[in-house]
Amino acid sequence: MFEFKKTSQLLRRRTIVRASVAGVVVLLLLSILIARLWYLQVVRYEGLAARADQNRIAVVPIPPRRGEVTDRTGVVLARNYRDYTLTVVPAHIDKPMNDMLDELSTLVYLSPRERRRFNQLLGQSSRYAPIILRNNLNEIEASWFAAHSFKFPGVELQARWVREYPQGESAAHVIGYVGRISQADEQQLENEGRIGNYRGTHIIGKKGIEKTWEDTLHGQTGVEEVEVTASGRPVRVLSRKDPVPGMDLQLSIDIGLQQHAEAQFAGRRGALVAIEPSTGEVLAFVSAPSFDPNLFVDGIDVENWRKLNESPDHPLINRPLFGTYPIGSTYKPFVALAALEMGKRAAHDRMPDPGYFEFGGQRFRNAGGAAYGWTDMHRALVVSSDTYFYSLGPDIGVDALHDFSKQFGFGQLTGIDLEGERKGILPSREWKRNAYKTPSQQRWYAGETVSVVVGQGYNSFTLLQLAQATSVLANNGVYMKPHLVRDLINPINGDRQATVTEPSHVIPLKQANIDVVKKALIDVTRSGTARRAFANAAYQAAGKTGTAQVFSLRGAKYNASAIDERLRDHALFMAYAPADNPKIAIGLIVENAGWGATIAAPLARSVFDYWLVERGNLKP
Amino acid sequence: MKLVWQALVRAFFSLDWPLLILLALMALLGLTVMHSAVGGTDWRFAEQSKHFVVAFFVMWAIAIIPPPWIMRAAPYVYALAVVLLLGVEFFGETSKGATRWLNLGFTRIQPSEMLKITAPIMLAWYFHKRQNTELRFIDFVVALLLLAIPFALIVRQPDLGTGLLVLTAGFFVMYFAGLSFKLLVPATVILLLGLGFILYYEDMLCEPGFDWVILREYQKHRVCTLLNPGLDPLGKGFHTIQSMIAVGSGGIYGKGYMLGTQSRLDFIPERTTDFIFAVFAEEFGLYGGIMLLVLYSLIILRGLAIAVQAKTQYSRLVAGSMAMMLFTYVFVNVGMVTGVLPVVGVPLPFMSYGGTALLTLGVACGMLMGISRYKPVKTTEH
Repeated sequence: MFEFKKTSQLLRRRTIVRASVAGVVVLLLLSILIARLWYLQVVRYEGLAARADQNRIAVVPIPPRRGEVTDRTGVVLARNYRDYTLTVVPAHIDKPMNDMLDELSTLVYLSPRERRRFNQLLGQSSRYAPIILRNNLNEIEASWFAAHSFKFPGVELQARWVREYPQGESAAHVIGYVGRISQADEQQLENEGRIGNYRGTHIIGKKGIEKTWEDTLHGQTGVEEVEVTASGRPVRVLSRKDPVPGMDLQLSIDIGLQQHAEAQFAGRRGALVAIEPSTGEVLAFVSAPSFDPNLFVDGIDVENWRKLNESPDHPLINRPLFGTYPIGSTYKPFVALAALEMGKRAAHDRMPDPGYFEFGGQRFRNAGGAAYGWTDMHRALVVSSDTYFYSLGPDIGVDALHDFSKQFGFGQLTGIDLEGERKGILPSREWKRNAYKTPSQQRWYAGETVSVVVGQGYNSFTLLQLAQATSVLANNGVYMKPHLVRDLINPINGDRQATVTEPSHVIPLKQANIDVVKKALIDVTRSGTARRAFANAAYQAAGKTGTAQVFSLRGAKYNASAIDERLRDHALFMAYAPADNPKIAIGLIVENAGWGATIAAPLARSVFDYWLVERGNLKP
Repeated sequence: MKLVWQALVRAFFSLDWPLLILLALMALLGLTVMHSAVGGTDWRFAEQSKHFVVAFFVMWAIAIIPPPWIMRAAPYVYALAVVLLLGVEFFGETSKGATRWLNLGFTRIQPSEMLKITAPIMLAWYFHKRQNTELRFIDFVVALLLLAIPFALIVRQPDLGTGLLVLTAGFFVMYFAGLSFKLLVPATVILLLGLGFILYYEDMLCEPGFDWVILREYQKHRVCTLLNPGLDPLGKGFHTIQSMIAVGSGGIYGKGYMLGTQSRLDFIPERTTDFIFAVFAEEFGLYGGIMLLVLYSLIILRGLAIAVQAKTQYSRLVAGSMAMMLFTYVFVNVGMVTGVLPVVGVPLPFMSYGGTALLTLGVACGMLMGISRYKPVKTTEH
């Protein structure tokens, strides 16, 4: 084997040319790579370096434990328990959702209801947010899924704290409930600059104490800075700020009293608020019918929601707070006190009661058409003479009555620690000017004052306002703000912090005048409209019955000729006991129950008996 | 005995020193980066060190074999490799959906890897035989046929990457043998136009329903991901995005040795193998990257110089193709890591973890060295 010289030279020359071309191409292409490196490492350096940092450190929020809620005796009303939950991040599901669910259901039972709820949430949620598919997995299911989890990317097993309301429907309107943080919630948290504290938290107080005391219950979210791998596997913790658990709340509610009162409302609609006059602590807060707050914790399903929402009984409405009623004769003690304080009447001033009062050519009748004859203030309250009070109207005047009643909290926000309180209407000339459009509507007619003084007309108060005013009256004009949360308890060291300790204000009243009214209220239960209800009571109670001539919550107009039960009068009662040293003051309404004396007063008696006798609160 | 010893000593000292020094530097750098990529001391670092030692011995052993001996063996090793490939076809071991390994009882081998060497020397042998006649079109057809057999078998495994690399190695032999520029230039132009076409119609071509006929779905996906890594940020595009972040965040000076946060934290996939350049570029920055590419180009240019100085046609073709194969590996790998080329499984020479790849490199460099030192007995100038 040999090479011819000519051929050899030719081939050598060819190789030189080809190698040179190749060398140039090599250098050219490697220059492109260098240019690319320059582009990445110089031109795009800042952006990529920033991404590298984001990439590296995951900030993992550690949600705090939510504070627990107990009643005044320590009975748990809201607590947290550990729950295994399957969640799904839709964006990470690599096959049709239904196929995945079918496959998953061979491992873990999924009820039709759970699938329904999941599909509903699926439509509402972000594709990247975990959606709860199934909770309350037992240990076996949890470990079974854990062993097969690799087959289900996007499905995660999580242990989390779940809120639970062991008392069920009892006091649901007080405690309220938590629910998934909605977009509206998020927006609000954002606006208030609190969104950061909610990283990692999925629930937020929606109603009741859970909502009002959200900040206190929630606590401070902790933060862990974790170095992670691309797959999100934590490598090491760089820093950690522990979460601060939310404060536990001890309510002033007594769950025993609450449940006793609720039982009295069985099958009825109505509201009852019981307050301890000397402290403003709410002892019972009934809104009947109620609902089970546990249904809401993970998002209520359509079926239950419809049942609750479309019920004609409106179980979701917080009646003491939101329902406003003309409170009828239960308003009279306050009007009487106003007349006394303003010197428009003396206690012994008497007038004849022919069963009606004529004013401006109009005849205002007593309810039921009774005529009581010669009547002084005491008798007027005991027998509930409308005529006597009608006569006070023009003398006191609507504006003066407004200013006086306002001090007791009528038509005002009581400031109770629950959201959604309604103000109601405490009529005055100014109020009417603002409430109506045309000048004729805006004008206050003297005749309107006549119906206002008997708690009708434009008057529209919440039951909470009635209970609070009763409490203030029982407390001789010392206004203690009504409240549900008595103490905040630090869960770590047990430190307690009382919420309300000082009176908000003291109404300047003459004790003699108060005594006149109080004495009359005692006689209401001894010999007056509530005498039957309070026969043989172990204590002396004081109270006043009432009948509200008007509307159900829906605002349907009262119609005397209608036979529909829902259009009947509301029965009302305000009372406190024991009369000489009030431990409990209540305002209550039983919707469409007719006369206050027959249903409302016995209900109050039952509540008083329970609290004062059975629970031994009679002793000073 | 004395003669053998003398031959060995002569062989040792007649090694191509410039190339040896460059390769030694490369090996040192490779081990340094590997040390960082595995995160300090790890069995893979020790293993890789052993691979280097073995590769250098193999290189040295090949270097002392006179190239004509290898040339003479070329048809036989080529035939053997093809037979082994057929063996894989029928008796191969399957893992991860690909059948690439052949279990010989005492060891497992990957015949397709052998073709990276045997195919080009086979072609070099063929063109060497035909050197005294004018090359005709039919010669290139024969050469293509010699490549097509192993290529088809490798693609069937399936291992398109390796198949293309074998094809590329053969192509470089043809190029140095004298494949006409009249053919090459239009081919290059068509290739570039094709790429331009793909880039221009990217949106349509990457529609889910669009069938590419010649390429499989995953290959289409690969190309489309290259065109737009953001398409599949958690899948195929993830590799590219993460490695670009690592490279880019290295900046001009780099984050410092063993301080690459991205590589430390598993963000870089295959950081000890195909993506090791990302580790290097993150820690040593633009300066390090340029230095490494300069080092590679020096080795490649040295290889081309050896080709130019070679005394036989076979040697010229082998040296040229080996040098250009090295370049191909470097370019494709770095291009892939920096996001200018699709993610294909091509290791970075001397850097990526892997015994087989280093062994192949050892063989290739050994042949370069052998060619460099070989002075044939002159027969025509007596």
